[in-house]
Parts: sequence; C-alpha cells; structure tokens
Amino acid sequence: MSFISSLADRDRVFDFLVPATSPVDVRHGPILYLEDVTVTFDGFKAIDDLNLTIDDGELRCIIGPNGAGKTTMMDIITGKTRPDSGSVWFGSRHNLLAMSEPEIASLGIGRKFQKPTVFEALTVFENLELAMAADKRILPTLTARMSGEIRDRIEEVLDTIGLVELRDGPAGILSHGQKQWLEIGMLLMQRPRLLLVDEPVAGMTEQEMERTAELLTGLAGKGKQSVVVVEHDMGFVRSIARQVTVLHQGSVLAEGSMDQVSQDPKVVEVYLGADPDEEAA
Amino acid sequence: MWLLQPFNERATRLFLGVLLACLALVTVLHLAVPAGHPLYVSAYTVTLLGKYLSYALLAVAVDLVWGYLGILSLGHGAFFALGGYAMGMYLMRQIGDRGTYGNPILPDFMVFLNWDSLPWYWLGFDMPWFAFLMVMLAPGALALVFGFLAFRSRVTGVYLSIITQAMTFALMLAFFRNEMGFGGNNGLTDFRELLGFDLRTDATRLGLFVATGLALALGYVLCRAIVTSKLGRVSVACRDAEARTRFLGYRVERFQLFVFVVSAMLAGVAGALYVPQVGIINPSEFSPIFSIEIVLWVALGGRGTLYGAVIGALLVNYAKTVFTGAMPDAWLFALGGMFVLVTVFLPKGVAGLLSYRLKRKAQQSDDSSTPQEATS
Repeated sequence: MSFISSLADRDRVFDFLVPATSPVDVRHGPILYLEDVTVTFDGFKAIDDLNLTIDDGELRCIIGPNGAGKTTMMDIITGKTRPDSGSVWFGSRHNLLAMSEPEIASLGIGRKFQKPTVFEALTVFENLELAMAADKRILPTLTARMSGEIRDRIEEVLDTIGLVELRDGPAGILSHGQKQWLEIGMLLMQRPRLLLVDEPVAGMTEQEMERTAELLTGLAGKGKQSVVVVEHDMGFVRSIARQVTVLHQGSVLAEGSMDQVSQDPKVVEVYLGADPDEEAA
Repeated sequence: MWLLQPFNERATRLFLGVLLACLALVTVLHLAVPAGHPLYVSAYTVTLLGKYLSYALLAVAVDLVWGYLGILSLGHGAFFALGGYAMGMYLMRQIGDRGTYGNPILPDFMVFLNWDSLPWYWLGFDMPWFAFLMVMLAPGALALVFGFLAFRSRVTGVYLSIITQAMTFALMLAFFRNEMGFGGNNGLTDFRELLGFDLRTDATRLGLFVATGLALALGYVLCRAIVTSKLGRVSVACRDAEARTRFLGYRVERFQLFVFVVSAMLAGVAGALYVPQVGIINPSEFSPIFSIEIVLWVALGGRGTLYGAVIGALLVNYAKTVFTGAMPDAWLFALGGMFVLVTVFLPKGVAGLLSYRLKRKAQQSDDSSTPQEATS
C-alpha cells in the first residue's frame, strides 16, 4: 500500500528522471573507495586485500617499490583488470567493477599513462579536441562542428598546461615534458572528477618538474578534481603531497603525511631505506 | 554541412579541377577530333581510361582504411568484385531472350547447367534500382559482418591483413564453383545494354567513362569529408594509438567498422563501374594477388593523402598496359622494381614528392623558419 501511495506522491522525483549532470555521488566524502581488493596473476598476488579511500578534491600520492601493485591498482580502477574479489566504488553510487573501460572513462575517471601517448600526427589543438567530453558516437563525431564554446575550453586548457604557442604544431615535435603536460591537458578536457597520474615526472628536468608540481597542485581541490599520483621521485612527492599512501606487496603499508610516513620504521625498511640518497634529500 | 567541408580546401578544389578538366578534354578529343588525327582519342582508349578511373576509385577506398585508419586490407578486391557481380547480374538479366539459348529469364549458363528456375538471390536483379542498391549493400554487408567479428575481437595489424587475404581467397574458390550460381570460372559476360543504352556503342562507352570520372570525384569528396571531419581525426588517433583512443571514450571498433564499411561500399561502386567497361566479371577479381596489387598502387602513389592513391592507380595501370603490351614477361619485374625504388627513394610515394616540392617552394619564398621548426 505504501508503495502505491508513494507513486501518488507528487513531490517524489524518480531516480531515472533526475538529470544526469553530475552522476557521481560524493555527499559521503570519498570519491573513490577500494575495499578488500585482491588480484592474482598466475598464483602471484599482485594486489592483496587492498583498502584505499580517496576523498573528493584530495591530492594523494601513492609510492611503493617496483612490484608493489601501483599500476595494477590503476588498472583495476579504470576497468582494465578485473579483481578476483573485493569492491571498488566511485562515489557512493557507481560500482566500477560492473562497468566497461569506456563507461568508466565517460563517468569522469581520467588516467595518464606512464609513457606519454599523444597522437603525434595530430596538432596539439586537435589532440585536445579529441579528448574533449562530447558525444563520442559515430554520427555525432562525423558531423561535429567546432563551436566557440569548445574553442574557448580548448584555449583555457592550452593556457593551463602552457602550450598556447605550440597549439598548431604536430604533437610529435613536443619535448618529453611537453607531451606529459599535453596528456594532462587531454585528461582535463574530459572534465574528470578523478585524475590518475602515473609517474608524471619520470625523465623530466628540474624545471619541468617544478612546473608539473604547480600544475598538479593547482588541479586538485574541492569542487575541482581529485588527483591520485603514483610517483617514484621522493623529492617530487614531498613538494606536492599532503597525503601519502605507501603500497607494499599489494597492500597498504602506511598512510599519512610525508613526514609521518617517512619516519615509519616499516616504510624505511622496505622502501625509503633502500635508497639512502633519496632519504638524505 | 560536413559533406561540403572539402570544398574549402585548396588541394581538393585543385584535384577536382584537374579531374574534371581531364574528363572534358578526353570527351572533346574523342568527339570533336576526326579519327586518324594524332590527338584523336579512340573509343578503345576511352574505355581503357574509364577502367583506370574505376581502379582509382578502388584505390581511394583502400587509402581511406589504410592511410587514415591504419587497417591494411589485403582483401579489398573482394568488395570490388562483389560490386562487379551485382552489376553483372543486372546486365545478365538485361540480356533477356537474346542469349544463345533464348531463355527469357535464365541466363545462358543456368540453362547449360539444366537449372529450371532462378536461384532466390538472383531475384530482383532485373530492376536497376535494386541492382544498384546491391552494388553497395552486398560489399557493405560483407564488410559489416567481417569487420564486426574482426574488430570486436580486436584483430588488427598483420593478422587482420592475413584474414582479409583468406576472405578474398575463400570467396574466389566459392565463386569458381558452378553450383554457386554465378557462372563458375567463366563468370558473367556477353552483356548487351545498361539502362537501355547499348554497351557496344562508342557513345555509351564515353558515357561510362564520364560516369566513372564523376563517381571518382564524388567518392573523393566523400572520403575527404570523412578524413577532415572530427571522425577523420579519431581515425588517425585509432591508427596511431588505438588503446589511447579507446581510453578517451571512443569505441574504436565501431569507428573502424564504420570506415571499413564505407570503404567497402566505395570499392563496390568501383567494381560496378568497371564491369560494363571491360565486359566481363569472373572470379579472378577475387584473387589475392589483385588485392595486393591495389595496395601497391596506394603505396606507390603515397598513402594517407587520397590523391596519392589516384595517382598511383593511374600510373601503375598505365605502366601495366604499356609493359604487358611491349614486354609481357617483364611486367612483374617492372612492378617489383617500381615498388622497391619508391620505397627506397620516395617513402611517402609520388604524393610525398609533390608535397615536398610544394613545401620547398613555400620555404624559399618565406625564408624565415616557421615556429614549428624553431621548437623541434
């Protein structure tokens, strides 16, 4: 009976009638939530009972030695790898394990790969154009036209990543650091809620690193994106991170501020201690 | 309107201008110049040129998938042949009771095989609109099924090339069989008229030549519209970094399928225009060698430019006509030699040479280096 009377209730808005402008529900705080996730490759546990929570607007660094499961974790979040058990939630509404890679991407999870892959034959501008959040079915893509609004958005991102002068050059001529920024720009075009950034400063010069740190810290924030950075370079992590998570053998070893984490004896043993030069710096 | 976009490009207008001027020139030289005059273009030459133009359209179709989508199809001859067969079936039905056996419905080869009625798949081919629709739908349907299965399983690169070869080879074997109902190894021939025009008159031959030229122009504009649209840029993205494109949220397999089907349909149209001009269609058009030859035309002309494909198809086929006339045994050596020379000295084909010349000219007139070069 109460069900029928609820149908008659004129104030009620059915879920399917709610416009899907911001489908990600972050009212409870976390934007990404991994619980008890386990992945096994041929008997090797790449991820072992991993629990991780990222808050909306947070900038989180994830560090850990090679083979700690950082890349596998990214693969799980983006739908490339399916875990054997556990649950992965985006906001409190979307179960990522039930979605395909393109669905997850269009939901607002952008990933920057370790090795920059931009479309070298296309110009910087065109790279950003393709990355833009838009109707990506065939006919709309065929008949798509460049509106002023789109142009403004692309210019805005070009400005953010500092590639305004190179907009009409092919992306193939960019330096390594510029390609990394272009990739970050391509992620921004999708107006993501969560950015996954894999080793952004590998192979960068000191100056490029500084610029990248500025760029990433500027991106994270309430009402903007949440950013997850996987990085090896301790100096870089120290310069940007507020919260650091240390992974080891597929699960979380320690979590906290950089100072807390770097004093944790377990962490020193498995990771920081392994590289005394970095520790001194 | 996205279809009109190519007309804004100088290169496209230039290409269309040259093509239409050539069509007009040949028409004038054929009609207005008396036979025997050194500038006279005979009906034989007109038909030969028409054949080259249909090959050029086929090459444009291959360049669309190879140059812009990165899919090396070694089976486009199959789509060409299917379009040709659809046209051939219409032309066979037009013969009516004028065949050797005088059967008003059945083509000669069916009477010869003692068949008493038309197979179901021959029904409707007496109507030109249906046959012309089938010219595009039959290759399109094959490309749709084949592409759906291949791209869904993410078969790309050399594996896809090999299975396209297998596809065209399998079709060749199938069409060789008499029981298939397509005339076996003799194929379909002895055509008489198309839409009421006698195929043996010079006027019809000229008409077919002009129609083929216009089809090439339209096909070129269509392909150009596709490659200059955002979809074209997505295609290039699929070509260069497929996984990355998928990650941007594009369903790569659907884009591949769309472009592949469009290309197959264009190849079908080229085949349909080829058949009435050469007067026969038989399973040899399905042969794997032919499909590889098409790819050679595109490679020689310059991949990924569209006009390069046209240049390549015309050059190679002209050379083939000359060589097989003068030194039939030397043709394959000449083809191989051309291919080696072009790959070594002109990696971007003849079109690459043209655009290099144009760039050099532009640089000489504007000596200050461009910002692009300053950063490289």
